[in-house]
Amino acid sequence: MAVIQVERKPLSLLERTYIPQIVGGLRTTLRHFFKPNVTLQYPEQRPEISKNYRGVPTLVMDPNGREKCVSCQLCEFVCPPKAIRITPGEIAADSPNAHVEKAPQAFDIDMLRCIYCGLCQEVCPEEAIWLQNQFSMSGYTRAEMVNNKAKLYELGGTLPDPHLKWDHKKAAAEHGNGH
Amino acid sequence: MSTDIFFYLFAAITAGSALAVVLCKNTVAAALSLLVSLVGVAALFILLDAFLLAALMVFVYAGAVVALFLFIVMLIDTYGGTRKPFKKGTIVASGFALALLVTGLATLAQRGALATPEFAGNAAPLVPVGASLRAYGEQLFTTYLLPVQIVGFLLLIAMLGVIVLSKKFEGLEDVK
Amino acid sequence: MDFSFYFDLPLWLRLVLQGTAVILVLFPIAAACSMAERKISAWLQGRPGPNRTLPPLLAWVPGIWVLQKLGIFQLAADGGKFVFKEDPVPGHVNKLYFIAAPILAMIPALTTVVVVPFGAYLDSAGKIVPLVLANVDIGLLAVFAVSSLGVYAVILAGWASNSKYPFLGGVRASAQLISYELSMTLSVLPVFLWINAPGGQGTLSLFDVVQFQSQPGFWGGAWFVFTMPLSAFIFLVALFAETNRQPFDMPESESDLVGGFHTEYGAFKWSLFFVAEYCHMVIGSAVFILLFFGGWNPLPWVTLTDTVQALAHIIPVATHPLFMGILGISIFLVKICFSIFFFMWVRWTLPRFRYDQVMNIGWKQLLPLSIANLIAYTIGIALLQK
Repeated sequence: MAVIQVERKPLSLLERTYIPQIVGGLRTTLRHFFKPNVTLQYPEQRPEISKNYRGVPTLVMDPNGREKCVSCQLCEFVCPPKAIRITPGEIAADSPNAHVEKAPQAFDIDMLRCIYCGLCQEVCPEEAIWLQNQFSMSGYTRAEMVNNKAKLYELGGTLPDPHLKWDHKKAAAEHGNGH
Repeated sequence: MSTDIFFYLFAAITAGSALAVVLCKNTVAAALSLLVSLVGVAALFILLDAFLLAALMVFVYAGAVVALFLFIVMLIDTYGGTRKPFKKGTIVASGFALALLVTGLATLAQRGALATPEFAGNAAPLVPVGASLRAYGEQLFTTYLLPVQIVGFLLLIAMLGVIVLSKKFEGLEDVK
Repeated sequence: MDFSFYFDLPLWLRLVLQGTAVILVLFPIAAACSMAERKISAWLQGRPGPNRTLPPLLAWVPGIWVLQKLGIFQLAADGGKFVFKEDPVPGHVNKLYFIAAPILAMIPALTTVVVVPFGAYLDSAGKIVPLVLANVDIGLLAVFAVSSLGVYAVILAGWASNSKYPFLGGVRASAQLISYELSMTLSVLPVFLWINAPGGQGTLSLFDVVQFQSQPGFWGGAWFVFTMPLSAFIFLVALFAETNRQPFDMPESESDLVGGFHTEYGAFKWSLFFVAEYCHMVIGSAVFILLFFGGWNPLPWVTLTDTVQALAHIIPVATHPLFMGILGISIFLVKICFSIFFFMWVRWTLPRFRYDQVMNIGWKQLLPLSIANLIAYTIGIALLQK
């Protein structure tokens, strides 16, 4: 790398008084004075959250409104701070989702423990748990900071994923060419 | 008379804080007492209608000189050393000051009151020199021109002395 | 309308009323300055600033959102907080001086306004009369004298706090304020040299300075900022240093001294320091405007008297003393507001000087410059007024 010695020009008398520089600075700041504000009025205006953002872990449904979680408890197992607590449950035989293996009876994520590592999403075989764009998690009590199943689905919503794995499996079983 | 009350009030403040300057062990407290004392003197000037002198007193002495005192006091070690409080010179000087004070008080007691100055023909009341800018300036540049110049020269010498004492003149042979 | 009933009141009552008026006017102005500081800082940085506080009781008032957006209620809330929050005195401080310091800061801040004229009116004889609490002919000297006592509050606060950062702040304040007082005093001398023509009575009154700038003619109506720009510049720089504003806020200097002299202070005592600082800013701006920007005259070469007489053709009451007084005060206040805005504008433009730079500017640049300025103008004025 070539080193270029730049000759430092001696300051002129006017420059040594700093006055032109100060006036220039004042002009710059005055321009900012009249510029529109860049502040976001937060609770009313929300920032645009990137699709890649990984916030609060949530549970999602498939397009048919079936909960995707099959309570395999892999996320509970992998969770480093042990924030997830799942109580597995059976699906009633008369349910339209009876062909699905299982569903969680209770699903709690303690947000006071969660470290937003995303391992639950990583490990989920059903793509049922997602870290989504929810970034602000607050409550007045400890109990409020534990997201139960209803809250998790409310936060999560529906995953627009046309790949309906369990329906394909059921159809295949009915047509006799199951895997 | 309210003026009398104010006179006694400010005189007491001035004298009391002047005493505190000498007696305070804490140097910062002593410097602040000096400040109060100077403000008291300025108030006495105001009672004498010498507004200009009062303002100058506050501006120069109370505003700047005592601030410098405090600056110095804060920079140096105020705890002092193990110096003996009474040296021979101190005792002689304080004895001399005491003698002066006693003489003054004795004269005052003998006369009963401070003599009022007598004016030639006691016609027009004396205009206080410190009251107006014009009178003050005129006196400064006519009657008291020599003392002013001498005091100014003295200050200049003192300043030069400080420069010589505080600067190191290692590179300059002729100064040594 | 007649105001003679006021002048018939006993002197002590008038003095008490005027003193109360000073406090009641200066305190809110200082408080408003603190909010202006926050808002202007915000706007200069592209932020809205405090704009949410609103007492629920007042939410129904139509149009109140304007006050809400301006942060008026935030100001009230802050003021209330300062008064009511716990005011601890740290265990290691020198209690007497620690408590005395903020009080001492307020005294010069509120006293200097007494000799500052803020308007004028024509009395029935057509003579112009200043609106001032004490019209003394040593006006400017009194302002300088009393405001120079303000440094003791800072020194005392720094020393009484008995900890290192406040102490450094106090020491810096004492050196800085003395250094810039010299240039400040020297920079206004040409103004008074010009006013006090030979054979005159001799005055330091700020009212006379304004009257001198309201004479007819090209040179008579010119504000001193046009005839003595260098003096005005030196005075302005020294004013920034004397009021401890950026870029000269060495005693506070929160980047290297935490909070400077008021590090150990909190609650009401701390707020007193700030009220005092803003009072100094207001009074300093007022003196600057009186000296160099024509006081209550609306424009250079257009005096208040001319304006009122021109207005009298449209509104007959214009020459009434009350109208003229209020007009003069309003013009003066507008100028002060712009000056305060300039203080804040500079604050967000210039970086803070280092302490050695402050001392170098003060002693090696500003002082020689002001002495040279004084000598040049003395010679010039002597030649002109011969």
